[in-house]
Amino acid sequence: MTAVTVGQAFQQGLAEEMEADDRIFVLGTDLFIRGGHFAQVKGIGPRFGHDRVIDTPISEAAMVAAGVGAALNGMRPLIDLNFIDFAFGAMDEIANQAAKSSYLWGRPVPMVIRASSGVALYSAQHNNSLEAWFMHMPGLITVMPSNAADTKGIIKSALRSDDPVIFLMHKRLTGVRGEVGGPDELVPLGRAAIARPGSDVTIVSSGIVVNKVVKAAEVLASEGVEAEVIDLRTIFPLDAQLIEGSVRKTGRALVVTEEPPFASVASEIAAMVQEEVFDYLDAPVQRVTAAHSPIPHSPGLMEALIPQVETIVSAVRGSVERWPSTEA
Amino acid sequence: MINEPQIINEALSETHEQLAAADRPSEDGLLEIDISGLPAGELVKWLEDMVLIREFEEALEPLTLSGKIPGSVHQASGQEAVAVGVVRALRPGDIVASPHRPHHHALAKGLTPRAVMAELWGRATGCAGGRGGTMHLIDFSLGYFGSNGIVGAALGIAMGAALAAKLRQNGQVCVGFFGDGGANTGRTWEFVNFATVEKLPLIVVCENNQYAVETWIRREMVGGTIAERAIGFGLPASQVDGQDIAAVYAATVEARERAAAGGGPTFIEAVTYRYRGHNTGEVINYRTEDEVEHWRATRDPVERLRSSLERLGQLRPGQFEEIVAGASAVVQDSIEFSESSPVPDPATAGDRVLVTPFDEKGLA
Ligand SMILES: Cc1ncc(C[n+]2csc(CCOP(=O)(O)OP(=O)(O)O)c2C)c(N)n1
Ligand SMILES: [Mg+2]
Repeated sequence: MTAVTVGQAFQQGLAEEMEADDRIFVLGTDLFIRGGHFAQVKGIGPRFGHDRVIDTPISEAAMVAAGVGAALNGMRPLIDLNFIDFAFGAMDEIANQAAKSSYLWGRPVPMVIRASSGVALYSAQHNNSLEAWFMHMPGLITVMPSNAADTKGIIKSALRSDDPVIFLMHKRLTGVRGEVGGPDELVPLGRAAIARPGSDVTIVSSGIVVNKVVKAAEVLASEGVEAEVIDLRTIFPLDAQLIEGSVRKTGRALVVTEEPPFASVASEIAAMVQEEVFDYLDAPVQRVTAAHSPIPHSPGLMEALIPQVETIVSAVRGSVERWPSTEA
Repeated sequence: MINEPQIINEALSETHEQLAAADRPSEDGLLEIDISGLPAGELVKWLEDMVLIREFEEALEPLTLSGKIPGSVHQASGQEAVAVGVVRALRPGDIVASPHRPHHHALAKGLTPRAVMAELWGRATGCAGGRGGTMHLIDFSLGYFGSNGIVGAALGIAMGAALAAKLRQNGQVCVGFFGDGGANTGRTWEFVNFATVEKLPLIVVCENNQYAVETWIRREMVGGTIAERAIGFGLPASQVDGQDIAAVYAATVEARERAAAGGGPTFIEAVTYRYRGHNTGEVINYRTEDEVEHWRATRDPVERLRSSLERLGQLRPGQFEEIVAGASAVVQDSIEFSESSPVPDPATAGDRVLVTPFDEKGLA
């Protein structure tokens, strides 16, 4: 089996689902020829034709509205918003239309919104982390895969889900390679994965940050601390069972995300862990997040604001030193 | 391919004061409409639809002020010809989506007064089980794709439904309503542009009742009429007298034919008037009583159809009063039905947020 990029994994999953279900169509800007700004739908246009890959004007509200109305009328649209930052121009359609229909009217909106996200180049207006915004909004599912296999497996599940799914693809993962599953291998929504088993500390993260956490876990292992790394995969519904089960075992929890800290995914997980498994904790739940700052252009500035392997390692070290395990 | 807009409503270019000073039309004052192009056998039913809407709307204010209907609602008294004229030109499988002033559309589309009234009351028997209220009415089975609390949003849903209709080639035509206020939100024009580019089977209907809450359209819009603005997007657009059911119907029939034939969307600006305040309980201090009376006396859509039918002998003496009494009884029944209907079970209040089952532990 050959490894494919995360972008290609997305294409594969999408194409397989489009082949199987002719209600699925893709809509967004610069898709048909260029294949999207991250080549995420490259080749899909010529293969499926203009009725299934619809290029639109730069009208984000119209793109998402088209998706909502079409989904209510029997289709299963995938709306490609390019960068998640452009969701601001369609926020009413996402939060007030798509997210409300099942609740108000009993008719769900089976629509996927794909967008590239996460911290990368191009400065402040192209690097907002909105996952906590979507998590906060009842009526949405939000996913954030960290590798090629999950990207393919999750987009397939998202396209089969009856709910609106926000599919966040980290910009800096687009070209990362990995093996992927076959046409029948789905990764369920709402299920996190253990990226690395361990017994001493649970480190929860998602998307590209998982890779940094795994590297940090290797450093920690050389110091005798075995970290269990949880890859959320789905931001909402949060796989609380898996996280809590892991923390019961390790007695220590750290959440690492690339978003600003206030009212964040990391805050939510920290609150949940201390509420549910307080008795098992040897130390306060820790968070390592990005700074409460827009993202700047100059790469050195940008990197200074987001979690790095070394910050993750020292957070765990600090916890272990200050609150040694009670069993030890 | 671009239509010349017809400015039929002179009131638009007058000030409130000029309007108030304008000569009153002679005799009963009512401007005649020409119903010769309408399907004769159905017109009494159309009149019944309009009267039912009027009776329904006029019953609401005391119910909201007494708190029986929680909150206030937006009445459409005076705008009946737009709803009935448009919906009567559609086929049963066609789709309609409404903004926040929706009862006339919903009733015209076939929702029962009981289903709408009980929804306003927040009762389990309402068309959205009491979850929606006035701004989230629904009946997908009747092609009614909801009223909407967000100015401009309903047009987007109708536009998306039209995209699905085009892709599925199922012959549906979709109507998205919005107001003159909605003509000043950017998304409206995103939707119009996209629908035109994609040649969607969509009819865009702007109900220009000339006020957005207390804001007179002439104060917040420059550069001509709303229909003229629409012409810039390259779709056929015209302004019609929204108080003339024949004009509304004819424009919609033409738009529907174009849409069904793959000719893309049409923009209709229906100039109309709401007799009541923006919402029930509103103190109206932004227009004169004279102005309201002028509209009632010269252009009331119910009276115009009634008088035409009477003139042509299609309505016998006393029949109109019977229709009003019948509609009033139906509305009264809907009120009694709502009052005696159960409230929704509070234990269900958090249900159905997602289809995917979840609880605080994650996937359930
Ligand atoms: C996006 C948005 N902005 C503001 C409002 C508040 N609002 C509700 S109705 C209304 C006036 C709308 O006027 P118009 O579109 O002319 O419709 P009409 O009330 O006359 O039927 C406003 C400002 C809203 N519901 N949605
Ligand atoms: Mg208005």
